[in-house]
Amino acid sequence: MNTKMLKTVAEGGLLDRRSFLMSGLTLSSVLPMTVLASSITGQSRIGEDFHPWMKVPGRDATAYGRPSSHEKSIVRHLEKNTPETSLFSLWQTPIENQRGIITPSGLHFTVSHNGIPDIDPQHHQLMIHGLVNKPIKFDVERLMRFPFVSKINFLECAGNTAQNAVSFTPLDGNCQALFGQVSGSEWSGVPLRYLLQEAGLKPTAKWAIAEGADGGSHARSIPVSKLLDDAIIAFYQNGERLRPEQGYPMRLFLPGWEGNTNVKWLHRLEITDKPAFTKDESGLYSDVLDDGRVQRFSFHMDVKSVITSPSGKQMLPEKKGFYEISGLAWSGHGKIKHVDVSVDEGKTWAKAHIDSPILSKSLTRFSIPWHWRGDATTILSRATDEHGNVQPTRSQWRDKYASYTFNHFNAIQAWRISSQGEVENVYM
Amino acid sequence: MSTCNRCGQFSTIILLIILSFISVNSTAETELYDVKTSLGESLSRQEIEKYMITIFPDGTNLPEGQGSVEEGGALYQSMCQACHGEKGIEGPAARLVGNNGWFSFSDPARILRIKDYPILLISVGGLWPYATTIFDYVRRAMPHFAPKSLTNNQVYGLTAYILYLNELIGPEVILDKDIILEVKMPGEDLSVFPNTMDKEEYEFIERFRNQGASRELNK
Repeated sequence: MNTKMLKTVAEGGLLDRRSFLMSGLTLSSVLPMTVLASSITGQSRIGEDFHPWMKVPGRDATAYGRPSSHEKSIVRHLEKNTPETSLFSLWQTPIENQRGIITPSGLHFTVSHNGIPDIDPQHHQLMIHGLVNKPIKFDVERLMRFPFVSKINFLECAGNTAQNAVSFTPLDGNCQALFGQVSGSEWSGVPLRYLLQEAGLKPTAKWAIAEGADGGSHARSIPVSKLLDDAIIAFYQNGERLRPEQGYPMRLFLPGWEGNTNVKWLHRLEITDKPAFTKDESGLYSDVLDDGRVQRFSFHMDVKSVITSPSGKQMLPEKKGFYEISGLAWSGHGKIKHVDVSVDEGKTWAKAHIDSPILSKSLTRFSIPWHWRGDATTILSRATDEHGNVQPTRSQWRDKYASYTFNHFNAIQAWRISSQGEVENVYM
Repeated sequence: MSTCNRCGQFSTIILLIILSFISVNSTAETELYDVKTSLGESLSRQEIEKYMITIFPDGTNLPEGQGSVEEGGALYQSMCQACHGEKGIEGPAARLVGNNGWFSFSDPARILRIKDYPILLISVGGLWPYATTIFDYVRRAMPHFAPKSLTNNQVYGLTAYILYLNELIGPEVILDKDIILEVKMPGEDLSVFPNTMDKEEYEFIERFRNQGASRELNK
């Protein structure tokens, strides 16, 4: 162990990653192995001190694998404080338990305003009509004959972290409660441009009204320019067909845009020269600005980050010691360029290591080693994307909007760490 | 299938595959590719009309029919009040009336405010820019337990009653596809659009807003 090699990169014990790796320091203390006096005889059985599962044959696999029973606490959580009825169902992902950038499909956050329909793919079709030369329909089988693309992208609900936008005092919540409406997946499907090419857009075509086949016929107005850019009709998530709560048999996927526009159970695209001002784009997904004006069609999810470890309601297991700070950053505009981390309440900052792959409009993992000296402090992360967009402070964000506006909150997150090692959501 | 035809299909697929590789990482690329697929089946006028339920702010797709505030009020009591409250503000479902905003989770005055306005949602009357959206949403999604079960006349009546609760029309109004376009919603002039949008994409809205004329014609 060579602590002299350790190089700090900011106050409060943030360490240079290379020097940390070279130093041979370990993240926890290692106990010396106890050497037992040999008592092995001809009557000894090696099984005596082994765990029971090493002494019986295991079970067979199942047709569809499930997580270990010891991981049963890692599940989605139903957010109770939603602004509509119980039929507005919002299940948040345990993002602090995720490593890497992919959220397992069964844990991906899900929001539905009118429940999850049970759609028979044999009787599902996509209609494209309106300002097109040739109104057409496709059944699922024909749609899946188009060339596929796969993209690793984040998906975030416009209301993710709403509590921190509007609550006067910071809610004592964990990452799941505060940041559980963002997830990352590989989405595979057909670029919309092939379908629009086949239908033939008329020169006046500017918008598409995308509609789902659910009970409430969820609809959003989408600029055709986005459909011709990077939009796909997704059939697969993380290598398997979409789960019903993600839109089975198919959904619109618009990389980087607010979750509500990624219309699930997609069955119709009406091409028009104007938006429809559907229910959601008229109310819940409009943002009231500080002067009372109402911002419509705020599609992009802006640059954002959160330290997932350590994070809200966690407990640092050892007072003083080495920890790896790890978190996620993402931007609806493109790639993450860098993430700054501070462990001294924002006085000094250091650039975190960004793990590969660094993908456009995707969750991006960052990390930095930290020697916590046991003092109470506040840790922060601040992401910057390739277009120079930087996360605002909470007060900078709130200055733009009415006090009750809660969508598109992307301010710098602060976690307070007590001298006992308890981690709590705070405002800076 | 002739061999030649098969060759043609095969080369089209190859071309598509090559182009799809080009497209993967290009987000600025908006050009359409010059490839010809014909996997879609033609959609008949009857099929389109059956599903064309989206109502636009200029009245596009509004059906024939009419409904009065009075008829809407009776329906509201039997089908909507249990979730939206007698005055459209009590909940538990989304708030329909007024313009008070959404309350924070830990707003110290929340209990007092909830006494007056218990619903935690920006309302129809406070924020929505066009009355046509009320018709559109009620018809496609309400009542929650039986969406798409109301007649067009019933939807006009309920739309009229919600507008009446918001004091945007009088109690004597009978709503139809022309009268609904004359209703001026408080949210319309408050609307602003993000600068990330292409000007052409909201050109219609500006045109529609400036052309009081199109509304005059509908009177």
